[in-house]
Amino acid sequence: MIELFQQYGLAYLFSDGTGLSGVAMTLWLFIISVVFGFFLSIPLALARVSEHVWLRWPVEVYTYLFRGTPLYIQLLICYTGLYSLEVVQDNALLNQFFRNALNCTLLAFVLNTCAYTVEIFAGAIRNIPHGEIEAARAYGLHGWRLNLFVVVPAALRRALPAYSNEMILMLHATSLAFTATVADILKVARDANAETFLTFQAFGIAALLYMLLSFALVGLFRLAERRWMRFLVPTRG
Amino acid sequence: MNQSAQALAAYPVDEPVVKPATAAIKLQVEGIHKRYGEHEVLKGVSLNARHGDVISLIGASGSGKSTMLRCINFLEQPDAGVITLDGISIEMRQGRAGTRAPHQDQLQNLRTRLAMVFQHFNLWSHMTVLENITMAPRRVLGVSAAEAEKRARMYLDKVGLPGRVADQYPAFLSGGQQQRVAIARALAMEPEIILFDEPTSALDPELVGEVLKVIQTLAEEGRTMLMVTHEMGFARQVSSQVLFLHQGRVEEHGDARILDHPNSERLQQFLSNRLK
Repeated sequence: MIELFQQYGLAYLFSDGTGLSGVAMTLWLFIISVVFGFFLSIPLALARVSEHVWLRWPVEVYTYLFRGTPLYIQLLICYTGLYSLEVVQDNALLNQFFRNALNCTLLAFVLNTCAYTVEIFAGAIRNIPHGEIEAARAYGLHGWRLNLFVVVPAALRRALPAYSNEMILMLHATSLAFTATVADILKVARDANAETFLTFQAFGIAALLYMLLSFALVGLFRLAERRWMRFLVPTRG
Repeated sequence: MNQSAQALAAYPVDEPVVKPATAAIKLQVEGIHKRYGEHEVLKGVSLNARHGDVISLIGASGSGKSTMLRCINFLEQPDAGVITLDGISIEMRQGRAGTRAPHQDQLQNLRTRLAMVFQHFNLWSHMTVLENITMAPRRVLGVSAAEAEKRARMYLDKVGLPGRVADQYPAFLSGGQQQRVAIARALAMEPEIILFDEPTSALDPELVGEVLKVIQTLAEEGRTMLMVTHEMGFARQVSSQVLFLHQGRVEEHGDARILDHPNSERLQQFLSNRLK
Protein backbone atom coordinates (compact mmCIF):
# COMPACT_ATOMS: atom_id res chain seq x y z
CA MET A 1 0.00 0.00 0.00
CA ILE A 2 2.81 2.38 0.92
CA GLU A 3 4.64 1.39 -2.22
CA LEU A 4 1.54 2.24 -4.19
CA PHE A 5 1.52 5.74 -2.75
CA GLN A 6 5.22 6.18 -3.25
CA GLN A 7 5.11 5.00 -6.81
CA TYR A 8 1.79 6.44 -7.98
CA GLY A 9 0.88 9.18 -5.49
CA LEU A 10 2.07 11.96 -7.75
CA ALA A 11 0.50 10.36 -10.81
CA TYR A 12 -2.85 10.09 -9.04
CA LEU A 13 -2.77 13.77 -8.20
CA PHE A 14 -0.85 15.71 -10.71
CA SER A 15 1.71 14.32 -13.11
CA ASP A 16 2.88 10.96 -14.39
CA GLY A 17 6.19 12.38 -15.55
CA THR A 18 5.13 12.89 -19.17
CA GLY A 19 2.32 15.37 -18.56
CA LEU A 20 -0.83 16.10 -16.59
CA SER A 21 -2.41 13.05 -15.01
CA GLY A 22 -4.83 11.93 -12.33
CA VAL A 23 -6.88 14.58 -10.57
CA ALA A 24 -5.28 17.40 -12.57
CA MET A 25 -6.18 15.74 -15.88
CA THR A 26 -9.69 14.86 -14.74
CA LEU A 27 -10.25 18.44 -13.64
CA TRP A 28 -8.87 19.73 -16.91
CA LEU A 29 -11.24 17.51 -18.90
CA PHE A 30 -14.12 18.50 -16.67
CA ILE A 31 -13.51 22.25 -16.68
CA ILE A 32 -12.95 22.52 -20.43
CA SER A 33 -16.06 20.41 -21.09
CA VAL A 34 -18.40 22.35 -18.84
CA VAL A 35 -17.02 25.80 -19.68
CA PHE A 36 -17.35 25.28 -23.43
CA GLY A 37 -20.57 23.35 -22.92
CA PHE A 38 -22.02 26.19 -20.86
CA PHE A 39 -21.24 29.02 -23.26
CA LEU A 40 -22.30 27.04 -26.32
CA SER A 41 -25.51 25.89 -24.71
CA ILE A 42 -26.89 29.37 -23.96
CA PRO A 43 -27.35 30.51 -27.58
CA LEU A 44 -28.39 26.97 -28.53
CA ALA A 45 -31.02 26.89 -25.75
CA LEU A 46 -32.40 30.21 -27.00
CA ALA A 47 -32.53 28.72 -30.50
CA ARG A 48 -34.16 25.60 -29.08
CA VAL A 49 -37.15 27.60 -27.79
CA SER A 50 -37.26 29.96 -30.78
CA GLU A 51 -40.48 30.34 -32.69
CA HIS A 52 -38.52 30.01 -35.93
CA VAL A 53 -38.45 26.41 -37.10
CA TRP A 54 -35.16 26.85 -38.96
CA LEU A 55 -33.47 27.85 -35.70
CA ARG A 56 -35.17 25.31 -33.48
CA TRP A 57 -35.01 22.26 -35.66
CA PRO A 58 -31.20 21.87 -36.11
CA VAL A 59 -30.72 22.19 -32.35
CA GLU A 60 -33.41 19.61 -31.74
CA VAL A 61 -31.65 17.19 -34.08
CA TYR A 62 -28.32 17.86 -32.35
CA THR A 63 -29.59 17.27 -28.82
CA TYR A 64 -31.55 14.24 -29.98
CA LEU A 65 -28.42 12.70 -31.51
CA PHE A 66 -26.16 13.33 -28.53
CA ARG A 67 -28.68 12.43 -25.87
CA GLY A 68 -29.80 9.41 -27.84
CA THR A 69 -26.41 7.70 -28.03
CA PRO A 70 -23.98 6.58 -25.33
CA LEU A 71 -21.08 8.90 -24.60
CA TYR A 72 -18.68 5.99 -25.06
CA ILE A 73 -19.77 5.56 -28.66
CA GLN A 74 -19.50 9.31 -29.25
CA LEU A 75 -15.97 9.15 -27.87
CA LEU A 76 -15.06 6.19 -30.08
CA ILE A 77 -16.39 7.99 -33.14
CA CYS A 78 -14.46 11.16 -32.30
CA TYR A 79 -11.27 9.33 -31.38
CA THR A 80 -11.04 6.54 -33.93
CA GLY A 81 -14.01 6.87 -36.26
CA LEU A 82 -13.41 10.34 -37.61
CA TYR A 83 -9.69 9.82 -38.08
CA SER A 84 -10.36 6.80 -40.27
CA LEU A 85 -12.11 9.06 -42.79
CA GLU A 86 -9.97 10.19 -45.74
CA VAL A 87 -11.44 13.68 -45.64
CA VAL A 88 -10.06 14.15 -42.17
CA GLN A 89 -6.65 12.69 -42.92
CA ASP A 90 -6.26 14.76 -46.09
CA ASN A 91 -7.02 18.06 -44.41
CA ALA A 92 -3.92 19.27 -42.57
CA LEU A 93 -5.83 21.08 -39.87
CA LEU A 94 -8.31 18.29 -39.17
CA ASN A 95 -5.53 15.74 -39.34
CA GLN A 96 -3.56 17.56 -36.69
CA PHE A 97 -6.61 18.04 -34.46
CA PHE A 98 -7.90 14.49 -34.56
CA ARG A 99 -4.51 12.87 -34.19
CA ASN A 100 -4.40 14.16 -30.62
CA ALA A 101 -6.29 11.89 -28.20
CA LEU A 102 -6.98 14.71 -25.76
CA ASN A 103 -8.53 16.88 -28.48
CA CYS A 104 -10.84 14.05 -29.53
CA THR A 105 -11.86 13.35 -25.96
CA LEU A 106 -12.57 17.00 -25.21
CA LEU A 107 -14.59 17.37 -28.40
CA ALA A 108 -16.77 14.39 -27.51
CA PHE A 109 -17.25 15.61 -23.91
CA VAL A 110 -18.07 19.19 -24.91
CA LEU A 111 -20.64 18.11 -27.51
CA ASN A 112 -22.19 15.63 -25.07
CA THR A 113 -22.53 17.86 -22.03
CA CYS A 114 -23.62 20.77 -24.21
CA ALA A 115 -26.53 18.72 -25.58
CA TYR A 116 -27.82 17.93 -22.08
CA THR A 117 -27.24 21.48 -20.89
CA VAL A 118 -29.18 22.88 -23.86
CA GLU A 119 -32.22 20.87 -22.81
CA ILE A 120 -31.86 21.92 -19.16
CA PHE A 121 -31.60 25.62 -20.05
CA ALA A 122 -34.34 25.41 -22.67
CA GLY A 123 -36.63 23.87 -20.07
CA ALA A 124 -35.78 26.65 -17.63
CA ILE A 125 -36.52 29.28 -20.27
CA ARG A 126 -39.93 27.74 -20.86
CA ASN A 127 -40.57 27.87 -17.12
CA ILE A 128 -40.10 31.62 -16.81
CA PRO A 129 -43.53 33.07 -15.97
CA HIS A 130 -45.04 34.45 -19.15
CA GLY A 131 -45.97 37.72 -17.45
CA GLU A 132 -42.33 38.52 -16.72
CA ILE A 133 -41.40 38.28 -20.40
CA GLU A 134 -44.45 40.33 -21.29
CA ALA A 135 -43.47 43.02 -18.78
CA ALA A 136 -39.97 43.13 -20.27
CA ARG A 137 -41.47 43.64 -23.73
CA ALA A 138 -43.86 46.28 -22.46
CA TYR A 139 -40.89 48.19 -21.05
CA GLY A 140 -39.12 48.23 -24.39
CA LEU A 141 -36.75 45.27 -24.09
CA HIS A 142 -36.58 43.11 -27.18
CA GLY A 143 -34.17 41.00 -29.18
CA TRP A 144 -30.77 40.41 -27.58
CA ARG A 145 -31.42 42.86 -24.74
CA LEU A 146 -34.50 40.92 -23.69
CA ASN A 147 -32.47 37.69 -23.73
CA LEU A 148 -29.35 39.07 -22.07
CA PHE A 149 -30.99 41.09 -19.30
CA VAL A 150 -34.11 39.09 -18.49
CA VAL A 151 -34.47 35.68 -20.12
CA VAL A 152 -30.98 34.23 -19.59
CA PRO A 153 -30.46 35.43 -15.97
CA ALA A 154 -33.94 34.21 -15.00
CA ALA A 155 -33.44 30.84 -16.72
CA LEU A 156 -29.93 30.15 -15.39
CA ARG A 157 -31.03 30.65 -11.81
CA ARG A 158 -34.01 28.37 -12.23
CA ALA A 159 -31.78 25.79 -13.94
CA LEU A 160 -29.21 25.59 -11.13
CA PRO A 161 -30.39 22.36 -9.42
CA ALA A 162 -30.73 20.43 -12.68
CA TYR A 163 -27.51 21.90 -14.00
CA SER A 164 -25.54 20.93 -10.89
CA ASN A 165 -26.73 17.38 -11.42
CA GLU A 166 -25.49 17.43 -15.01
CA MET A 167 -22.11 18.74 -13.82
CA ILE A 168 -21.69 15.86 -11.38
CA LEU A 169 -22.67 13.33 -14.03
CA MET A 170 -20.18 14.97 -16.39
CA LEU A 171 -17.41 14.77 -13.79
CA HIS A 172 -17.99 11.05 -13.51
CA ALA A 173 -18.31 10.67 -17.27
CA THR A 174 -14.76 12.00 -17.71
CA SER A 175 -13.60 8.60 -16.45
CA LEU A 176 -14.29 7.30 -19.97
CA ALA A 177 -11.25 9.27 -21.12
CA PHE A 178 -8.94 6.40 -20.24
CA THR A 179 -10.32 4.49 -23.24
CA ALA A 180 -8.72 7.14 -25.44
CA THR A 181 -5.39 6.80 -23.58
CA VAL A 182 -5.90 10.07 -21.69
CA ALA A 183 -4.18 9.84 -18.30
CA ASP A 184 -7.09 10.77 -16.03
CA ILE A 185 -7.66 9.36 -12.53
CA LEU A 186 -9.01 6.05 -13.79
CA LYS A 187 -6.14 5.55 -16.24
CA VAL A 188 -3.63 6.02 -13.41
CA ALA A 189 -5.59 3.55 -11.27
CA ARG A 190 -5.58 0.96 -14.04
CA ASP A 191 -1.86 1.37 -14.56
CA ALA A 192 -1.26 1.08 -10.81
CA ASN A 193 -3.41 -2.03 -10.67
CA ALA A 194 -1.67 -3.65 -13.61
CA GLU A 195 1.72 -2.99 -12.06
CA THR A 196 1.09 -3.86 -8.41
CA PHE A 197 -2.01 -6.13 -8.46
CA LEU A 198 -3.30 -4.14 -5.46
CA THR A 199 -6.70 -3.99 -7.19
CA PHE A 200 -8.85 -2.89 -4.28
CA GLN A 201 -6.44 -0.18 -3.19
CA ALA A 202 -5.71 1.08 -6.71
CA PHE A 203 -9.37 1.52 -7.64
CA GLY A 204 -10.35 2.47 -4.10
CA ILE A 205 -8.06 5.48 -4.24
CA ALA A 206 -9.57 6.47 -7.58
CA ALA A 207 -13.10 6.20 -6.16
CA LEU A 208 -12.12 8.29 -3.16
CA LEU A 209 -10.66 10.99 -5.40
CA TYR A 210 -13.83 11.17 -7.54
CA MET A 211 -15.88 11.34 -4.36
CA LEU A 212 -13.86 14.25 -2.99
CA LEU A 213 -14.23 16.13 -6.27
CA SER A 214 -17.99 15.49 -6.24
CA PHE A 215 -18.29 16.77 -2.68
CA ALA A 216 -16.42 19.92 -3.61
CA LEU A 217 -18.74 20.39 -6.57
CA VAL A 218 -21.87 19.86 -4.48
CA GLY A 219 -20.55 22.37 -1.96
CA LEU A 220 -19.90 24.96 -4.66
CA PHE A 221 -23.40 24.54 -6.02
CA ARG A 222 -24.90 24.84 -2.58
CA LEU A 223 -23.16 28.20 -2.24
CA ALA A 224 -24.36 29.21 -5.71
CA GLU A 225 -27.93 28.25 -4.91
CA ARG A 226 -27.84 30.20 -1.69
CA ARG A 227 -26.65 33.23 -3.60
CA TRP A 228 -28.77 33.03 -6.75
CA MET A 229 -31.91 31.15 -5.82
CA ARG A 230 -32.83 33.09 -2.72
CA PHE A 231 -35.58 34.80 -4.69
CA LEU A 232 -37.54 31.57 -5.00
CA VAL A 233 -37.70 30.57 -1.32
CA PRO A 234 -39.43 33.27 0.70
CA THR A 235 -40.02 31.04 3.72
CA ARG A 236 -36.34 30.45 4.27
CA GLY A 237 -35.43 34.14 3.99
CA MET B 1 -68.07 40.95 0.00
CA ASN B 2 -67.99 44.70 -0.29
CA GLN B 3 -64.50 45.27 -1.64
CA SER B 4 -64.86 48.70 -3.16
CA ALA B 5 -66.58 50.21 -0.20
CA GLN B 6 -63.96 48.88 2.17
CA ALA B 7 -61.12 50.08 0.01
CA LEU B 8 -62.62 53.47 -0.43
CA ALA B 9 -63.64 54.05 3.13
CA ALA B 10 -60.53 56.17 3.40
CA TYR B 11 -61.51 58.48 0.56
CA PRO B 12 -63.61 61.55 1.00
CA VAL B 13 -66.66 61.35 -1.23
CA ASP B 14 -66.66 64.51 -3.26
CA GLU B 15 -67.97 65.49 -6.64
CA PRO B 16 -66.59 63.57 -9.61
CA VAL B 17 -63.76 65.23 -11.49
CA VAL B 18 -64.82 67.24 -14.51
CA LYS B 19 -61.77 68.46 -16.35
CA PRO B 20 -62.01 71.01 -19.13
CA ALA B 21 -61.15 69.42 -22.50
CA THR B 22 -58.73 72.07 -23.62
CA ALA B 23 -55.33 70.37 -23.59
CA ALA B 24 -53.95 68.95 -26.83
CA ILE B 25 -54.70 65.35 -27.70
CA LYS B 26 -51.87 63.18 -26.44
CA LEU B 27 -52.95 59.72 -27.47
CA GLN B 28 -55.48 58.88 -30.08
CA VAL B 29 -56.83 55.37 -30.50
CA GLU B 30 -59.05 54.86 -33.50
CA GLY B 31 -61.15 51.95 -34.62
CA ILE B 32 -59.29 49.12 -32.93
CA HIS B 33 -60.42 45.68 -34.04
CA LYS B 34 -59.13 42.47 -32.52
CA ARG B 35 -60.26 38.95 -33.12
CA TYR B 36 -59.12 35.60 -31.75
CA GLY B 37 -60.12 33.08 -34.38
CA GLU B 38 -63.87 33.32 -34.82
CA HIS B 39 -64.37 35.50 -31.78
CA GLU B 40 -64.20 39.24 -32.35
CA VAL B 41 -63.16 40.79 -29.04
CA LEU B 42 -62.93 44.41 -30.15
CA LYS B 43 -65.24 45.74 -32.84
CA GLY B 44 -63.80 49.16 -33.50
CA VAL B 45 -63.15 51.04 -30.28
CA SER B 46 -61.69 54.53 -30.13
CA LEU B 47 -60.60 56.99 -27.49
CA ASN B 48 -58.79 60.29 -27.20
CA ALA B 49 -56.58 61.04 -24.24
CA ARG B 50 -55.61 64.64 -23.59
CA HIS B 51 -52.68 65.58 -21.44
CA GLY B 52 -53.67 65.04 -17.80
CA ASP B 53 -56.64 62.82 -18.62
CA VAL B 54 -57.45 59.89 -16.37
CA ILE B 55 -59.52 57.50 -18.45
CA SER B 56 -61.23 54.52 -16.86
CA LEU B 57 -62.21 51.57 -18.99
CA ILE B 58 -65.02 49.68 -17.32
CA GLY B 59 -67.20 46.79 -18.35
CA ALA B 60 -68.05 43.21 -17.55
CA SER B 61 -65.37 40.55 -17.92
CA GLY B 62 -65.05 39.63 -21.57
CA SER B 63 -66.10 43.09 -22.72
CA GLY B 64 -62.63 43.62 -24.20
CA LYS B 65 -61.35 46.34 -21.90
CA SER B 66 -58.07 44.65 -21.02
CA THR B 67 -57.53 43.65 -24.64
CA MET B 68 -58.01 47.25 -25.66
CA LEU B 69 -55.41 48.45 -23.17
CA ARG B 70 -53.00 45.76 -24.35
CA CYS B 71 -53.55 46.76 -27.98
CA ILE B 72 -52.42 50.30 -27.18
CA ASN B 73 -48.83 49.20 -26.47
CA PHE B 74 -49.08 46.27 -28.87
CA LEU B 75 -48.83 43.46 -26.34
CA GLU B 76 -51.71 42.33 -28.52
CA GLN B 77 -51.50 43.13 -32.22
CA PRO B 78 -54.72 44.86 -33.28
CA ASP B 79 -56.16 43.55 -36.54
CA ALA B 80 -57.20 47.03 -37.57
CA GLY B 81 -57.04 50.52 -36.19
CA VAL B 82 -54.57 53.32 -35.65
CA ILE B 83 -52.66 54.39 -32.53
CA THR B 84 -51.41 57.96 -32.65
CA LEU B 85 -49.10 59.45 -30.03
CA ASP B 86 -48.43 63.20 -30.18
CA GLY B 87 -49.74 63.31 -33.73
CA ILE B 88 -47.51 60.51 -35.02
CA SER B 89 -49.28 57.32 -36.00
CA ILE B 90 -47.68 53.93 -35.53
CA GLU B 91 -47.04 52.48 -38.94
CA MET B 92 -48.37 48.98 -39.36
CA ARG B 93 -46.63 46.54 -41.65
CA GLN B 94 -47.92 43.41 -43.18
CA GLY B 95 -46.11 40.65 -41.31
CA ARG B 96 -45.89 36.95 -41.94
CA ALA B 97 -49.08 34.92 -42.34
CA GLY B 98 -51.15 38.03 -42.88
CA THR B 99 -50.59 39.44 -39.39
CA ARG B 100 -50.04 43.14 -39.00
CA ALA B 101 -47.01 44.21 -37.04
CA PRO B 102 -45.96 47.68 -35.95
CA HIS B 103 -42.75 49.25 -37.18
CA GLN B 104 -40.08 48.06 -34.73
CA ASP B 105 -38.39 51.42 -34.02
CA GLN B 106 -41.70 53.18 -33.58
CA LEU B 107 -42.92 50.40 -31.32
CA GLN B 108 -39.81 50.72 -29.11
CA ASN B 109 -40.28 54.45 -28.96
CA LEU B 110 -43.94 54.05 -28.00
CA ARG B 111 -43.16 51.50 -25.30
CA THR B 112 -40.59 53.72 -23.62
CA ARG B 113 -43.20 56.48 -23.41
CA LEU B 114 -46.09 54.31 -22.20
CA ALA B 115 -45.44 52.39 -19.00
CA MET B 116 -47.68 49.56 -17.95
CA VAL B 117 -48.82 48.26 -14.57
CA PHE B 118 -50.19 44.72 -14.71
CA GLN B 119 -52.90 42.90 -12.82
CA HIS B 120 -50.45 40.27 -11.60
CA PHE B 121 -47.62 42.80 -11.08
CA ASN B 122 -45.28 40.86 -13.38
CA LEU B 123 -42.21 41.95 -11.48
CA TRP B 124 -39.06 40.12 -12.50
CA SER B 125 -38.93 37.62 -9.67
CA HIS B 126 -35.19 36.95 -9.88
CA MET B 127 -34.32 40.61 -9.43
CA THR B 128 -34.42 42.66 -6.25
CA VAL B 129 -36.86 45.53 -5.98
CA LEU B 130 -34.08 47.97 -6.84
CA GLU B 131 -33.04 45.94 -9.88
CA ASN B 132 -36.65 45.74 -11.01
CA ILE B 133 -36.99 49.50 -10.97
CA THR B 134 -33.60 50.35 -12.49
CA MET B 135 -33.69 47.68 -15.22
CA ALA B 136 -35.62 49.43 -17.98
CA PRO B 137 -34.26 52.94 -17.34
CA ARG B 138 -30.72 51.55 -17.56
CA ARG B 139 -31.07 49.01 -20.33
CA VAL B 140 -33.67 50.72 -22.49
CA LEU B 141 -33.29 54.44 -21.83
CA GLY B 142 -29.53 54.26 -21.18
CA VAL B 143 -29.69 56.06 -17.84
CA SER B 144 -26.52 55.64 -15.73
CA ALA B 145 -26.59 53.16 -12.84
CA ALA B 146 -26.23 55.91 -10.23
CA GLU B 147 -28.96 58.06 -11.75
CA ALA B 148 -31.27 55.04 -12.12
CA GLU B 149 -30.78 54.13 -8.47
CA LYS B 150 -31.46 57.69 -7.39
CA ARG B 151 -34.68 57.65 -9.38
CA ALA B 152 -35.64 54.24 -8.01
CA ARG B 153 -35.25 55.36 -4.40
CA MET B 154 -37.19 58.51 -5.08
CA TYR B 155 -40.12 56.62 -6.61
CA LEU B 156 -40.05 53.94 -3.93
CA ASP B 157 -40.48 56.73 -1.45
CA LYS B 158 -43.26 58.18 -3.56
CA VAL B 159 -45.27 54.94 -3.56
CA GLY B 160 -44.81 54.82 0.20
CA LEU B 161 -42.33 51.97 0.53
CA PRO B 162 -39.44 52.12 3.00
CA GLY B 163 -35.94 52.17 1.55
CA ARG B 164 -35.10 48.78 3.05
CA VAL B 165 -37.37 46.92 0.60
CA ALA B 166 -34.98 47.94 -2.19
CA ASP B 167 -32.79 44.89 -1.61
CA GLN B 168 -35.61 42.39 -1.19
CA TYR B 169 -36.98 40.03 -3.78
CA PRO B 170 -40.60 40.53 -4.87
CA ALA B 171 -41.71 37.16 -3.45
CA PHE B 172 -40.92 38.42 0.04
CA LEU B 173 -43.37 41.31 -0.25
CA SER B 174 -47.14 41.47 0.12
CA GLY B 175 -49.29 41.88 -2.98
CA GLY B 176 -49.94 45.51 -2.21
CA GLN B 177 -46.22 46.17 -1.80
CA GLN B 178 -45.45 44.32 -5.03
CA GLN B 179 -47.98 46.37 -6.95
CA ARG B 180 -46.52 49.56 -5.50
CA VAL B 181 -43.07 48.41 -6.63
CA ALA B 182 -44.58 47.83 -10.07
CA ILE B 183 -45.93 51.39 -10.04
CA ALA B 184 -42.48 52.67 -9.02
CA ARG B 185 -41.04 50.66 -11.91
CA ALA B 186 -43.48 52.41 -14.25
CA LEU B 187 -42.71 55.85 -12.81
CA ALA B 188 -38.95 55.31 -13.14
CA MET B 189 -39.40 55.33 -16.92
CA GLU B 190 -40.80 58.85 -16.49
CA PRO B 191 -43.51 57.90 -18.95
CA GLU B 192 -45.92 60.25 -20.67
CA ILE B 193 -48.82 57.89 -20.12
CA ILE B 194 -49.30 55.08 -17.60
CA LEU B 195 -51.50 52.11 -18.46
CA PHE B 196 -53.07 50.28 -15.52
CA ASP B 197 -54.50 46.84 -16.27
CA GLU B 198 -56.80 46.02 -13.35
CA PRO B 199 -54.14 47.07 -10.83
CA THR B 200 -56.05 45.93 -7.76
CA SER B 201 -57.90 42.85 -9.02
CA ALA B 202 -55.31 40.37 -7.80
CA LEU B 203 -55.02 41.90 -4.34
CA ASP B 204 -56.56 40.88 -1.05
CA PRO B 205 -59.33 43.32 -0.14
CA GLU B 206 -57.39 44.85 2.71
CA LEU B 207 -54.49 45.69 0.38
CA VAL B 208 -56.56 47.42 -2.31
CA GLY B 209 -56.65 50.75 -0.50
CA GLU B 210 -52.90 51.28 -0.31
CA VAL B 211 -52.54 50.82 -4.07
CA LEU B 212 -55.54 53.00 -4.95
CA LYS B 213 -54.14 55.73 -2.74
CA VAL B 214 -50.91 55.76 -4.77
CA ILE B 215 -52.84 55.86 -8.04
CA GLN B 216 -54.97 58.68 -6.72
CA THR B 217 -51.86 60.70 -5.86
CA LEU B 218 -50.63 60.21 -9.42
CA ALA B 219 -54.00 61.32 -10.80
CA GLU B 220 -53.88 64.46 -8.67
CA GLU B 221 -50.43 65.27 -10.06
CA GLY B 222 -52.02 65.55 -13.47
CA ARG B 223 -50.47 62.45 -14.98
CA THR B 224 -52.10 61.01 -18.07
CA MET B 225 -53.41 57.57 -17.23
CA LEU B 226 -55.53 54.84 -18.77
CA MET B 227 -56.97 52.41 -16.30
CA VAL B 228 -58.94 49.21 -16.64
CA THR B 229 -60.72 48.82 -13.36
CA HIS B 230 -63.54 47.21 -11.44
CA GLU B 231 -63.35 49.78 -8.66
CA MET B 232 -66.37 51.91 -9.60
CA GLY B 233 -66.13 54.23 -6.62
CA PHE B 234 -62.50 54.90 -7.39
CA ALA B 235 -63.16 55.42 -11.11
CA ARG B 236 -65.89 57.90 -10.24
CA GLN B 237 -63.49 59.81 -8.08
CA VAL B 238 -60.40 60.12 -10.27
CA SER B 239 -61.59 59.78 -13.88
CA SER B 240 -61.89 62.63 -16.31
CA GLN B 241 -63.39 60.20 -18.84
CA VAL B 242 -65.13 56.89 -18.43
CA LEU B 243 -65.55 54.38 -21.23
CA PHE B 244 -68.05 51.61 -20.72
CA LEU B 245 -67.31 48.69 -22.99
CA HIS B 246 -69.85 46.06 -23.86
CA GLN B 247 -69.13 43.15 -26.20
CA GLY B 248 -66.21 44.87 -27.88
CA ARG B 249 -67.87 48.24 -28.43
CA VAL B 250 -67.88 51.49 -26.50
CA GLU B 251 -71.43 51.44 -25.21
CA GLU B 252 -71.23 54.68 -23.29
CA HIS B 253 -68.60 57.39 -23.03
CA GLY B 254 -68.57 60.50 -20.93
CA ASP B 255 -67.10 62.07 -17.83
CA ALA B 256 -67.32 60.47 -14.42
CA ARG B 257 -70.92 61.63 -14.03
CA ILE B 258 -72.15 58.80 -16.23
CA LEU B 259 -71.44 56.48 -13.31
CA ASP B 260 -74.07 58.31 -11.29
CA HIS B 261 -76.42 58.98 -14.18
CA PRO B 262 -75.93 56.29 -16.81
CA ASN B 263 -77.77 56.90 -20.06
CA SER B 264 -77.66 53.47 -21.61
CA GLU B 265 -79.66 50.63 -20.22
CA ARG B 266 -76.62 48.36 -20.25
CA LEU B 267 -74.53 50.65 -18.09
CA GLN B 268 -77.48 51.01 -15.71
CA GLN B 269 -77.68 47.24 -15.52
CA PHE B 270 -73.94 46.87 -15.12
CA LEU B 271 -73.80 49.36 -12.29
CA SER B 272 -76.83 48.04 -10.47
CA ASN B 273 -75.41 44.52 -10.60
CA ARG B 274 -72.42 45.63 -8.57
CA LEU B 275 -72.30 46.29 -4.90
CA LYS B 276 -71.59 49.93 -4.41
